[in-house]
Amino acid sequence: MSRIGVFTCWCGENIARTVDIERLTEAIAQVPGVRVAVNYKYMCSDPGQASIRDKIVEEKLDGLVVAACSPHMHLKTFRRAAAAAGLNPYLVEMANVREHCSWVHKDKELATTKAIEIIRMAVEKVRRNHALQPIRVPMTKRALVIGGGVAGIQASLDIADAGYEVVLVERDPSIGGKMAGLSETFPTLDCSQCILTPRMVEVGQHPRIKLYTYSEVEGVEGFVGNFKVQIRKKARYVDMDKCTGCGDCWAVCPSKKNLSEFDCGMGYRKAIYIPFPQAVPARPVIDKEACLYLKNGKCGVCAKKCAPQAIKFDDQDEVITEEVGAVIIATGYRLYNITKDQDNSKLTGYGEYGYGMYKDVIDGLQFERLASASGPTSGAIKRPSDGAEPKKIVFISCVGSRDEQHGMTYCSKICCMYVAKHAMLYKHKVHDGEAHIFYMDIRAGGKNYEEFVRRAIEQDGAVYHRGRVSKITQENGKLVVRGADTLIGQPVTIEADMVVLASAMRPSEGATRLAQMLNVGVDEFGFLSESHPKLRPVETNAAGVFICGACHAPKDIPEAVAQASAAAGKVAIMFANEELTREPEIASVNELTCAACFTCVRACPYTAIEKAMVLDGRGNFIKNTARVNPGLCMGCGTCVAVCPSKSVDLEGFSEEQIYSQVESLAL
Amino acid sequence: MQIGYYPGCALHGSSNDYEMSVRATLTALGVQLKELDDWICCGATAAHSINKKLSMALPARNLAIAERDGYSEMLAPCPMCSMELLKTIKELSDSPSLRREIAEVIELPIKGKTQVVNIIQVLQMVGVERIREAVKRPLSEFRPACYYGCLLTRPAKILKFDDPEQPDSMEEIVEALGAKPVQWNYKTECCGAGMTMANEDTVISLSHKILSNAEAHGANCVVVACPMCHVNLDMKQRDIERRQGARHRLMVYYISDLIGLALGLGEHELGIDRHFVSAPLAAVKE
Repeated sequence: MSRIGVFTCWCGENIARTVDIERLTEAIAQVPGVRVAVNYKYMCSDPGQASIRDKIVEEKLDGLVVAACSPHMHLKTFRRAAAAAGLNPYLVEMANVREHCSWVHKDKELATTKAIEIIRMAVEKVRRNHALQPIRVPMTKRALVIGGGVAGIQASLDIADAGYEVVLVERDPSIGGKMAGLSETFPTLDCSQCILTPRMVEVGQHPRIKLYTYSEVEGVEGFVGNFKVQIRKKARYVDMDKCTGCGDCWAVCPSKKNLSEFDCGMGYRKAIYIPFPQAVPARPVIDKEACLYLKNGKCGVCAKKCAPQAIKFDDQDEVITEEVGAVIIATGYRLYNITKDQDNSKLTGYGEYGYGMYKDVIDGLQFERLASASGPTSGAIKRPSDGAEPKKIVFISCVGSRDEQHGMTYCSKICCMYVAKHAMLYKHKVHDGEAHIFYMDIRAGGKNYEEFVRRAIEQDGAVYHRGRVSKITQENGKLVVRGADTLIGQPVTIEADMVVLASAMRPSEGATRLAQMLNVGVDEFGFLSESHPKLRPVETNAAGVFICGACHAPKDIPEAVAQASAAAGKVAIMFANEELTREPEIASVNELTCAACFTCVRACPYTAIEKAMVLDGRGNFIKNTARVNPGLCMGCGTCVAVCPSKSVDLEGFSEEQIYSQVESLAL
Repeated sequence: MQIGYYPGCALHGSSNDYEMSVRATLTALGVQLKELDDWICCGATAAHSINKKLSMALPARNLAIAERDGYSEMLAPCPMCSMELLKTIKELSDSPSLRREIAEVIELPIKGKTQVVNIIQVLQMVGVERIREAVKRPLSEFRPACYYGCLLTRPAKILKFDDPEQPDSMEEIVEALGAKPVQWNYKTECCGAGMTMANEDTVISLSHKILSNAEAHGANCVVVACPMCHVNLDMKQRDIERRQGARHRLMVYYISDLIGLALGLGEHELGIDRHFVSAPLAAVKE
């Protein structure tokens, strides 16, 4: 006979209000196998846990049911308490009589009866629990960080400074991401490059950071602690070891009219180029679409001019495999395309704003380049069409964001702040200029943020119109902006010289593909999903894979950096252990009865089941079988459900346990 | 090619010049129009402002007949009609219970299988290249402002036709005729539509703005695909002159007129001589 203890919690009034605890305790004491049944006002409190520990010892309990809240909330708490008293933690189960019972019922009589049933079922389950030991998996104490923007940089430096090696992969020729292209940052107006480039140099020089730029993650195999990552190093046509970054090559390159990606198309670059002077690594790359030599075999002046002979026209892509134990995804964002062309059928453009049709209608990142000292105009505000200084600029917020009609319901969060900043920067540079802002709401939640917006309005005279713009047209060289000011209840028409659209933030291109590669979930907009919105914000549902920055949701620099440090902290905690310990409640295959149909292999969402062979003692082949990789299995039970020959079972949730629970309910 | 044809009240009444033009041009392009048997009013603005169920039942009856008679496509040249018909298809396909209810009201089964198309979509089905090849008299003198008005492209989610704010399908067609469409700003602004009865001042001021903008961008004529737009922009020019003191004298053509002219059809055949403004292009050029 089992010696099970049942501990019922009142949860203050949360359970006791609708469940008759006394009647329940009496009834449970009569259940076969129950040695002791007690109740307490707050089971999770110190005295509550102490009573559990004491009873385990006094009554020599061999199983425990805590009837309280959801196991998500406190299973770990009570398992720890049991372990402290010498009971194997996997002999503890919870009966959820709060979310599943007291919170959803009104009738005390019926609720009490239901709570008794729930507990009886848990008792039946725990009678069949096995003592389990956590699984130990060796790990590679080396992290992969994908994306070299401010979040990836912060995460890489933190992990490297904690003493672990980091492999940082960046798609573009330089690290720095979007932040490297910003002018000045809110709410302090410090220069973006001045605060970022020293961190970029640190990354470039860090002995424990291996940097792959102009490279992409192409494939991931393995599991937490033991990932094998394929990285494609795209042909750069420049020998990184020989090159000194002197700049002779791009000075002589005759291919000039290539739109600069770094300048968001507001300026030009050569065919051989570094994206910006402070690039890390400060080594150029050849754009093969623009290079005259690579296109038609003529030119090659850069190679002639290059003293260290670093130009390699025969360079090829190279695929490298790196072994890592943890992965941080920091792939950031891109701006929503305001034009007709959309990559997603759910999204539509804003034809009414004429972006792409009128040269002087630009987006927020393009304005950043105009306002940046390192930008195409050296920081002078000049409109793209004719280079004239605009005397009136209209800024429109929420272009795409919070607009179900165009496919995005979410708030892009940073626009209210950067629109205020843009107005401010503009007024600081063009004193007699007028800055008009159309907005829905001003969302300035953040330290010193509201004050910043007030400064734009009160000190710098930005004119805020609460309302939307319906159409922008061009008349006699002016952009006619027609909108509404809902506070005065009047239509407003402004003849502007330039219009800046604060377009929505979207996850960067390829983020969904990468997420699929790493078994990370994405939401309907393609943002990567965290494991728990409050308590596990940087973890994902894939063990050993973490997220930070704008790939998760729109966020500003301080938030991205904080999240990056949090993700790095999680990796460092993982690496601080000798080995990886994992929950032992995972699936296992009965290899004798497995028919090797591999339905489970196809069904497993974590690719944790592999095809294997059963061999005899001499190594002779006996049969094929499916086999669970304990390092990857998340214990979801999908394989158990699909197995036609009932050869897979889940420890802690065995079929026997589930059926006995159901049977106990039927009795 | 043979397709169903739903004229709607306008094309059999005030805008029978549009019907003449559509019939003549499509016949010349080898499209046979089969007029819908026993068709009724689509309900237009009146029905949906009074009774939702009525506004569904009227178009539904027309759709059910089209379906019964096996039309896979049906042309509704008036954008108000085509919008009401498409809106009904959408609502009925979204709600099976509403569909059953309406079927009971109209005493006809309805599945929503007939596709409703506007005149531009029919021209696209013919093919811009085929139209270009059929041109006998290139319209090189024409600098039209293509005017879509409010309903041709909206509501975008239901119509799924062209960009609602920056459409360009008419431009593509008139370019194929040798004309040089102008870039202008009032392509999708409202002309005042049915306000022409209740509040003529609004129509006069809106239509005046549209015509002025077309002229300011170098247009020597306007092209429309909506009977209501035609009424306001063509017929009201005299009132605009009287009240606003602005003399436009801008020819307003249906898209089918321009194609007919380019194919060599006569103004009388196309009903162009029934328009209110009949200044020949040469006179406009002065």
